[in-house]
Order: sequence, then structure tokens, then C-alpha cells
Amino acid sequence: MEETITKSDIIKPENLVYKKTDLMTDNVLSYCPGCGHGTTHRIIMETIEEMGVQKDTIGIAPVGCSVLAYEFMNIDMQQAAHGRAPALATAIKRLLPYKTVFTYQGDGDLAAIGTAETIHAANRGENITIIFINNGIYGMTGGQMAPTTLEGMKSSTTPYGRDWEMMGHPLKITELLAQLPGTYFVSRQAVHTPANVRKTKKAIRNAFELQKLNRGMTFVEVVSNCNSGWKMTPVQANQWMVENMFPFYPLGDIKVDGELVKK
Amino acid sequence: MKKELRLMKGNEAFAEGAIRAGVDGYFGYPITPQSEVMEYLTAEKPHERTGMVVLQAESEVASINMLYGGAGCGKKVMTSSSSPGISLMQEGISYMAGAELPCIVLNVVRGGPGLGTIQPAQSDYFQATKGGGHGDYRLITLAPSSVQEMYDFVKLGYDLAFKYRTPVMVLSDGAIGQMMEKVEIDEQIPRTQDEEIRSKYPWATMGKTPDRERNIITSLDLDPARHERHNLKLQAKYREIEKAEIRFETIQCEDADFLFVAYGTSSRICQKSIQLCREKGIKVGLFRPITLFPFPKNDLKQVARGCKGILSVEMSAGQMIEDIRLAIEGSVRSEHYGRMGGIIPSPIEVAEALEQKFIKS
Ligand SMILES: Cc1ncc(C[n+]2csc(CCOP(=O)(O)OP(=O)(O)O)c2C)c(N)n1
Ligand code: SF4
Repeated sequence: MEETITKSDIIKPENLVYKKTDLMTDNVLSYCPGCGHGTTHRIIMETIEEMGVQKDTIGIAPVGCSVLAYEFMNIDMQQAAHGRAPALATAIKRLLPYKTVFTYQGDGDLAAIGTAETIHAANRGENITIIFINNGIYGMTGGQMAPTTLEGMKSSTTPYGRDWEMMGHPLKITELLAQLPGTYFVSRQAVHTPANVRKTKKAIRNAFELQKLNRGMTFVEVVSNCNSGWKMTPVQANQWMVENMFPFYPLGDIKVDGELVKK
Repeated sequence: MKKELRLMKGNEAFAEGAIRAGVDGYFGYPITPQSEVMEYLTAEKPHERTGMVVLQAESEVASINMLYGGAGCGKKVMTSSSSPGISLMQEGISYMAGAELPCIVLNVVRGGPGLGTIQPAQSDYFQATKGGGHGDYRLITLAPSSVQEMYDFVKLGYDLAFKYRTPVMVLSDGAIGQMMEKVEIDEQIPRTQDEEIRSKYPWATMGKTPDRERNIITSLDLDPARHERHNLKLQAKYREIEKAEIRFETIQCEDADFLFVAYGTSSRICQKSIQLCREKGIKVGLFRPITLFPFPKNDLKQVARGCKGILSVEMSAGQMIEDIRLAIEGSVRSEHYGRMGGIIPSPIEVAEALEQKFIKS
């Protein structure tokens, strides 16, 4: 008789090499394969799990591809209007100061329609954490130009490439926020390699831990990909990101302990 | 118990009412003629009196979204503004109606459109009572006509907002907000403790505990069948509100041949006009809707039975008149009289308008 391996032969505790984080729900992720959103979700949830703060954490989902973040993160969450997550987080943190409060926002959400909420929450020194996914494009609505779209970069509303004379310059909102006295920790990371995932996770852990000090906003940008919007394979997209996004959006800590990091 | 009496502006009475009602958070942005609300609150240091949070936001857009966040945690939150600011809040109010969150939004109405004027008007009736933002929703709309009601409608507003999990609009106007009258002040109601919120409002995002599923505050549902069910549920709630929460007042309607229908400042003018008319032998009464949504349709129809005419008096081009006509279904002739641009009509001109439209014509 021929031997066939069945599913139950494979799914055994001794064969386990990789496991879903307990704080991620069983819902199937809505993200495109290879997209940085999923990885970032996972490490946020790992961090909350490791810190043991599930019952004291409230997250805010934005409008963008991660609008359904609450379907995947097994914590109490609110879904904000486009760009307004920092306003929600401001009120939640002020009304429940002992909670860990974070927003999760894309570049259109945070740096275009929500610029005012972002800057003023930072400037007030709200004791919240913002996780900012910068993929240089509007993923959800089909790949239009974002404030962070690089010069010359193609999108569905810059089909010939972003021309700064007509469409303005890409916005380094993170550097701008780091200038404000209300931010305490500002870091820019990525999640395209295991080493980068570890660094990002460390930055997120830092941001959540520092939130408890009540010294101001903690902010982690994740430079990410949007293979669908960029019209590339996941591998090409990551390579393009390394070659084009990182030179303009360099990785590393930008502000530590309330002081700008000298380059 | 002997109640405390104070002489206050309408806006101040609303602010004191907020502290006394145990409100957790006020978020607002200055605009005339309602800035006294936040000025009073910051001067009173409610963070010391009750622990209430008061925050000047960067815009009305931020204010209303702060309400969304706070209300999602089961907190009693409020904002106040005037017409242009309320227009900016509409997306957030729609989200809150969709996500079924309680809050109070005070609109101290000024004349429009656009930047319009800082003088009183009633031209935001449609916006308040028909939804205002996008989607099928209604706001419970309370129309105070005195400084006392500015105070009282805070508590009433929260009772309704939490009972039905829906935003409540207090639709005032620049005259009621600015004028001074005596107000009876209640005892302090303590703020709700976090543990009490957890048990009273099990939907609130207070942090996921092992004994329950995670709580999600959202207005989004991409499944059309489920989203239609959600809409039907909202509609059923509004029908329930229409059945149970109608409030109105009648003055000298028993023998009236004609009715003024008016709310807020206009209803105060009409009381004097009634006197003027009655001195001339014209029997007029006043029907004052207190809830504009739900509009007291059946009650108005009943009170108007046998009347020869209804005059809707509004500081607008005629907005409530549409609800009046729907209510009385052609059973009585109804006309509108209004002034715009920040003009408050005089009792004489209102009395003359009634004569002009129904008696001399
Ligand atoms: C008020 C409002 N304007 C526009 C939209 C449409 N919209 C949805 S998502 C989005 C862009 C999101 O892009 P980004 O924040 O970069 O997130 P990504 O999808 O790339 O993760 C826009 C414009 C909306 N939902 N609400
Ligand atoms: S469209 Fe882009 S940002 Fe959205 S899930 Fe797909 S790859 Fe990610």
C-alpha cells in the first residue's frame, strides 16, 4: 500500500516551527501577500502580548488598507474617520490615562487628510503611540499619489511620475514631528527582513514602554511596500523600497529621550 | 431640598450643567456666539471639581472625533459650537450615529450661509433634524427656549443619548446662549467610575478582559446584507424614539383660533405676540416643540384641530414649516413667517404677520 501524508500527520506539536501570535485573531488577513501591514500587525500584537497589557490597551484603526485592523488585532479597538485617529486617541488617553493607547495609520491618513490632528496631538505632547505605515501611496483606493510619494514615482494620479512643480514635494512628516517638543521618541524602521522586523519590534516596545512615562508622544514610522499599488511583485517591491525609499526616508532612531539624534 | 439660584448666561448655564451632570470630557473650538461655554469651563477648573477633562482642540473636526474616541470608551462627552463649526463636524457626527455612540453636541446657531453673521438665527433646523451628515440617521434634537432649559437639557440629553446610544443635538441660538436669566442649579451628580462603565456599558472599549470578546467601535460593514440589517436596526431605534420621546409645550391653545408654532427664541417672541393679538380679540395660542426630532406630529395635528390657521415663526427662510405641513396633512392652512441674517423679529411684526396672512387676506 502506498504511503500518503495527511494533514493530521503534519499538524503535530513536534512539527511546529512558526505559530500565530495569540493576540492575532483567526480572521484571514485582508492584505495582499507580501504587504508590510500584516507583519507590522503581528509584531504590535506580539509586543502587547509580551508586555501583558492586552486588558489595558486600546487601538485605533484608520481609514486605508488597515481599516479592518480591528478584525485581526484581538484587543479593544475603535475605527476612526479618515485622518482623525490622533483625535480619538487624545480623548481616550486623557479620559483613561492609565491605558496604553495607540493609533495605526497610513501615509494618506496621517500626512494628508489628518495632518492637523497628527501635528497638534504631537504638539500637545499627548501620551499616545502612533504607528505610521509609509508605503508612499494610497493603497486602499487603488494606488493614487500620497504626500509621501517620491519625486518621479508613478501612481494612478501621477501616471508620468510625481513632478514637484505640479504636485509638490514628498513630505518628511516624521522629521517634522521630531522637531516638536511634544514628541519624546521618534523612530523610522522597516519590516522587509528578519533583522529589520526585530528592530521595528524593539522600537514599538520602546514606544509602548515610554508611553507610561507621560513624557509625550512616541512615534514609529514603518517604511513599507505596496506591491499592488506599485505594480510590482513582493520581491521587486522590497528591492525597490530599499533602493528608492530608504535613501529619502533613512532608517533609524530620529529622536530619543526627547533629544534629536545627531547624525 | 432648597435649590441654588444663579443669574447666568445660557452658554454658562450649559457649561455648569455639564459639570453638575458629571460629564467626563468637553472638547471644543472657539466660535461666537458660544465661546463662553469653554471659557466658563476653563475658569471653573472642573478637573479640580469633578475630574472632568476640558480640552481646546485644533478644530471642530478634531473636537467631534475626540468625542467619538471618548464616547467609544463609555464616557460622557460633549462639544459646543455654532453653525460653521457644526458643519465641519458632520462627518464625525455621522460616524457616531453609525457606531451608536452617545454624546451631546450643542449648536448655538448663528445666521448663514457661509460665515454669515454672528447674530442669532434658526437656519440650521434642517441640518439638525434631518441628519446633517451622510447616511440615513437622525439626531435627537432638543430646542431650549430659556437659560434654565440650556442647563436642564444637559442631563436630559445624556439620559436620552445613553438610553438610545445615539448623539443628541441641543439646538439653541445666539440669543438664548447670550441672554441672562435665573437658573435653578441641581446637586452635583458624580462622574461614572470606570468599573461602573464596564458593567453598565459592556460595549465600551475599556480594554479587553479575558471574560469577554474584544469590543469594536466602528461604523463600517462591507457586507451589504449585514449592513442593511444594521441600518434597519437604526431605523427601528428612531421609530422607537418617535414613539416615546416627544416633548412639547402648549400655551393658551385651548380656545385658540390660530396657532403660532415656534421653538427657541421665536417661541419667546410669540408669547408676547399672543398677548398683542388677544388684546385685539384674535385668539392665538402657541405650540412649542421641545423635541424637533422627534417632531410632535400627532400632538400638533390634534391641538390644531378646529383652528383656522397655523403660523410657523422661525428665524429662517422656513424650515420647520415643512414638518408642520407633513404633520397636519393639509387639515389646517399653515404659513411661514421668518426673518434671516441675524434679525430677531419683533412681537408686533409677528402679530401683524398673522393678521396679514390669515385675517386681512
Ligand atoms: C473623508 C474621506 N476621504 C476619502 C476617503 C477615501 N480613502 C479611503 S482610504 C484612502 C487613502 C488611504 O491611504 P493611506 O493612508 O496611505 O493607507 P494605505 O491604504 O496605503 O495603507 C482614501 C483617500 C475616505 N474614506 N474618507
Ligand atoms: S494595496 Fe498595498 S498597502 Fe494595501 S494591502 Fe495591498 S500591498 Fe498592502
